[in-house]
Amino acid sequence: MSTSKTMAAATLTAAEQLELAEDADAGTPVLEGGAARRAERRHQRRVARDEAAERKRSARSGFSNPANPRRSWLLTLVTGLFVLYCLFPLVWLVINATKTQPDFVSTFGLGFGRSFALWDNLVTVFTYQDGIFGRWLLNTLLYVVVGAGGATLLAIMGGYALAKFRFPGRRLVFAVIIGAISVPGIALAVPQFLLFAKLGLTNTPWSMIIPSLISPFGLYLMWIFSDQAVPGELLEAARVDGASETRTFLTISLPLLAPGIVTTALFTIVATWNNYFLPLIMLKDSNWYPLTIGLNQWNKQANTVGGQAIQNLVVTGSLVTIIPLIVAFLALQKYWQSGLAAGAVKE
Amino acid sequence: MVKTETSGGEVLGPPANLNRHRVDWRGWKFMWPFAVVFVFVFIVPILYAVYESFFQSRMVGGTVFAGLANYRRLFGDAQFWTSLRRVALFTVVQVPIMLALSALLALALDSLRLHGMKFFRVSTFMPYAVPAVVSALMWGFIYGAKYGMVASLNDWLGTSLDVLSPNTMLVAIGNIVTWEFTGYNMLIFYASLTTIPHSLYEAAAIDGAGEWQIVRRIKMPELRGSLAITVIFSIIGSFQLFNEPSVLQSMVPGNTITTYYTPNMYAYNLSFMGGQSNYAAAMAIVMAAITMVIAYAVQLRSMREQMR
Repeated sequence: MSTSKTMAAATLTAAEQLELAEDADAGTPVLEGGAARRAERRHQRRVARDEAAERKRSARSGFSNPANPRRSWLLTLVTGLFVLYCLFPLVWLVINATKTQPDFVSTFGLGFGRSFALWDNLVTVFTYQDGIFGRWLLNTLLYVVVGAGGATLLAIMGGYALAKFRFPGRRLVFAVIIGAISVPGIALAVPQFLLFAKLGLTNTPWSMIIPSLISPFGLYLMWIFSDQAVPGELLEAARVDGASETRTFLTISLPLLAPGIVTTALFTIVATWNNYFLPLIMLKDSNWYPLTIGLNQWNKQANTVGGQAIQNLVVTGSLVTIIPLIVAFLALQKYWQSGLAAGAVKE
Repeated sequence: MVKTETSGGEVLGPPANLNRHRVDWRGWKFMWPFAVVFVFVFIVPILYAVYESFFQSRMVGGTVFAGLANYRRLFGDAQFWTSLRRVALFTVVQVPIMLALSALLALALDSLRLHGMKFFRVSTFMPYAVPAVVSALMWGFIYGAKYGMVASLNDWLGTSLDVLSPNTMLVAIGNIVTWEFTGYNMLIFYASLTTIPHSLYEAAAIDGAGEWQIVRRIKMPELRGSLAITVIFSIIGSFQLFNEPSVLQSMVPGNTITTYYTPNMYAYNLSFMGGQSNYAAAMAIVMAAITMVIAYAVQLRSMREQMR
């Protein structure tokens, strides 16, 4: 027992030495952030190794740390079944994006087709109907950048105001917004359309952008964040030093709010990128369509009389549509996971 | 969420401004952009829709004031009630299944007993990033009895399953919605579980509590708080069911998904295909009112439970 422990210690130091060597190997880091990230990753690896060692020890001694219990293969297997369910349609999508239209309708769904046509499909997606898919992609980006970007900005400022100021009407704002979260977005879209039609805004990008600017959920998140992340004493100190409210907000509060901003931005981006009902009713001109409407229109083409079935393009286009969001979620998972956790603390 | 308000007030009890008598308008400096757009996008449209719902456009005489005629017509509209019953049934069956799955998943993740926890957390959340249109398209192709996965299944087993038949359509849609939102709800549950201090588990373990007792006595009560949020969001979501049936409509044979399959599809078709926007406005208002009443009723009930 004791020998195995010393051996474990020995290997640990050896591994650490190796890491130190790696560190020296890296030499002058290109970016300070990169070095910090590498150090963080090394730290995490070390923690994971220590925890694994602790689990092994506790398995032998019978005493288990509640913060680091033994892993269960049975539970992993059962949960794994659900993960399969979650991932299976995505796997299906990737596989079928590589098929030609004849292969798509004739070969087994989870097997590859007779030819590997992913590149051909991608080219066709972007050239079909004079490259309208590219236009839809740019439209979606426009709606996301202006709409979701604006929504994030308004939510940051509003949430900050709600958390850090006692202004007249604050309670009313709060009550109205909580009520607004309960109003179904789609029930609202019909009235919005009626009003926008009256103002002549339908069938323009504004009809898509302006309603996207309001995110009650984003405001709620930012309110909680501002409440937790920005200490009132810091603001007072800045004010005593003579900084204006705007300057205090820009130089002191904004940097502290960064993780919350990423979370809020991510959720408003998803809401705008995935919106289907709003553009469906607001936009008639296919030149202003976002991806979601465009894809559905391509899919419907198979049903119209004399329409050519282009399901391979629908599937490949769908894949192109979801990849940016999945990449964003994977790259920023540290932020949104901690962001949602902060939201839950408050509840 | 009303509870949040009071707790926020407590945390911030003493105002930053020491002079309590002076009214502090500074907050509006940051609040006004949101407030202005909010009024334009939320308040004005609702008021305008209420106004519109009192009118009717007639063949002769154009748009005339009709009082409550649109609402009276709504009460006698069998198609509206059919669609409302359908989403109510959908809500009663789908929401509990989805939330139970989410809660179980969150408990499994929080138990710290899974191999590869990070992978599980991210992969179950991934469907949330997929647009409803793409989800409906994917599942629609998979459901296809001609060349989808269901067709392959039928080939192997010699059966003739058809998920897209009128009888199973609602189940098929329920599966799509469950697929889309289980991970999202799981994350909300999971986030609230991670806020439980670990010392509580240690204390429970020392007192001789087993894993199941910890789940029942510590974790389940904690989940109840976030349950109110997820239930309300889910109810709102299923009452405004639109995207999935609307996309599937062109993928299923014949008239399986009617133009009045859900209240929202009905309102959409009335106002954009039928040119009856006044009637659709009345329907939108009634739907918003029904949803809000149910959401508040559920919220109140769960709040009362928490008070105990």
